[in-house]
Amino acid sequence: MAEAEERSRTIVVDDKIHTWPHLVRGEFLVTIFVMVAMTLWSLLVDAPLEEPANPARTPNPSKAPWYFLGLQEMLVYFDPWYAGVVLPTFIIIGLMVIPFIDINVKGNGYYTFKERKWELLTFFIGFHVLWVVTIIIGTFFRGPGWNLFWPWQRWDPHKVVALTNVDLPYLVGLRDYWVQAGFGLFLVLLYFVVSTWLFYKWVIWIKGKEFMVRWGAVRFAITSFLFITMMALPVKMFLRLVFNIKYIMVTPWLNI
Amino acid sequence: MINLEQIKKDIVESQVWKSIFRHGYEDTPRNRVLMVTGNVWMHLHPAKVRRHAVRMRFTWCMGGLTFLMFLLTVITGIYLMFYYRPVPQYAYADMKYLEFDMPFGMLMRNMHRWAAHAMVIFVWLHMFRVFLTGSYKPPREFNWIVGVLLLVLTLLLSFTGYLLPWDQLAIWAVTVGSNMARATPLLGHEGPFAEFVGANPIYDARAFLFGGGDIGPHTLLRFYILHCIFIPLVASLLMAVHFWRIRRDGFSGPPL
Repeated sequence: MAEAEERSRTIVVDDKIHTWPHLVRGEFLVTIFVMVAMTLWSLLVDAPLEEPANPARTPNPSKAPWYFLGLQEMLVYFDPWYAGVVLPTFIIIGLMVIPFIDINVKGNGYYTFKERKWELLTFFIGFHVLWVVTIIIGTFFRGPGWNLFWPWQRWDPHKVVALTNVDLPYLVGLRDYWVQAGFGLFLVLLYFVVSTWLFYKWVIWIKGKEFMVRWGAVRFAITSFLFITMMALPVKMFLRLVFNIKYIMVTPWLNI
Repeated sequence: MINLEQIKKDIVESQVWKSIFRHGYEDTPRNRVLMVTGNVWMHLHPAKVRRHAVRMRFTWCMGGLTFLMFLLTVITGIYLMFYYRPVPQYAYADMKYLEFDMPFGMLMRNMHRWAAHAMVIFVWLHMFRVFLTGSYKPPREFNWIVGVLLLVLTLLLSFTGYLLPWDQLAIWAVTVGSNMARATPLLGHEGPFAEFVGANPIYDARAFLFGGGDIGPHTLLRFYILHCIFIPLVASLLMAVHFWRIRRDGFSGPPL
């Protein structure tokens, strides 16, 4: 026993190796490899250059740079103030708070799925499903009028798409302006209250009461708000694509 | 007869040589450490690293390659700056000049653009890897925040560079990308509650970004300065913090 312990301690001491040459050598080789690849790519594929800028001629479709196409795709489901400003701000803040809301001490410095299932799944939904997939849709599946086209389909600028979207309050039969606005506000608040409650129950169920005590109210509030806000995007996509619902809440100032 | 050994000895032991290189060539542990600590570029590294941290399957090399792409865009970018004038009358003509007349102009432009795209992809993958290995956990929370800021700056660098060719692709992609700014709540003239602040098309968040109500000569100059001076400067400072912090906090790894 004591001997095994002794041996493991020696291995610990041996764990460190000299940066020069072990790490520097690797960096050097990878640098050469990537530089060769970049040079070949740049020799073979030319950067695009279209006709001179003409503010009077708007191309259809006008696409943002590809890395922002996820945000542009979200404009289908949300208004610009939300999809273009508020949501990106939440994404940046949400990324920044990750180290502070994740109090799981396991999985620090090594690959593991088992020890951090839920953290990894959340990141997977946010990054791979929502961010990357919307970029792919925006890049390859959107044509003139921001209509959906298959990548192999001809872009028909005269494609007619029936505009059958309605606002949810109108759909359920409300006609009075202020009743509609009040109903929409109520639904949005209800979504957050119910989701927060479900999230609370779910965390208790998955991680236990003891975890919730350690996690604390502030961490819970921030995490649930960001998570529910993130999940509002697929919810809204679903409502739009299946029920043709445009807005949940309609007011003179902003629509959600 | 020329005595090469003697000449080598005279050079290596001269005062000039010793003032530059403070360590010998023999492969001794002392020299290996001095190689890193005595060199301003190498000392971005710690003198010793943990064995697993140099494995490619742990790091995917993504952080280092993001930095390499940054260096590559800086070098090719400086070359492009010699031939490019950020004025609408000349910008597009200079692009053509660069592509057809300048020695290696097309290659430099291709490399600049593809390295910029690669940098965006690498920085995302770097973030993904750091998340997977939980390397943002204590004591590295702050470095994750710096990393998020660098991610945003990478996107802004790429976005401001997008306008400079001054072709149709450039102005319309930037128009679409910046239209979000006019929808900023309170600060954009099409955003919610703008009327309470008094934002209008020539006096709001987007006009601040553009230097006017629409994309024009002022925007080109503004984006040029942001792209070539301001953002690279801020990004370099944050990179210094980022790299220094990795050294201070140690490379992440499994608990000993």
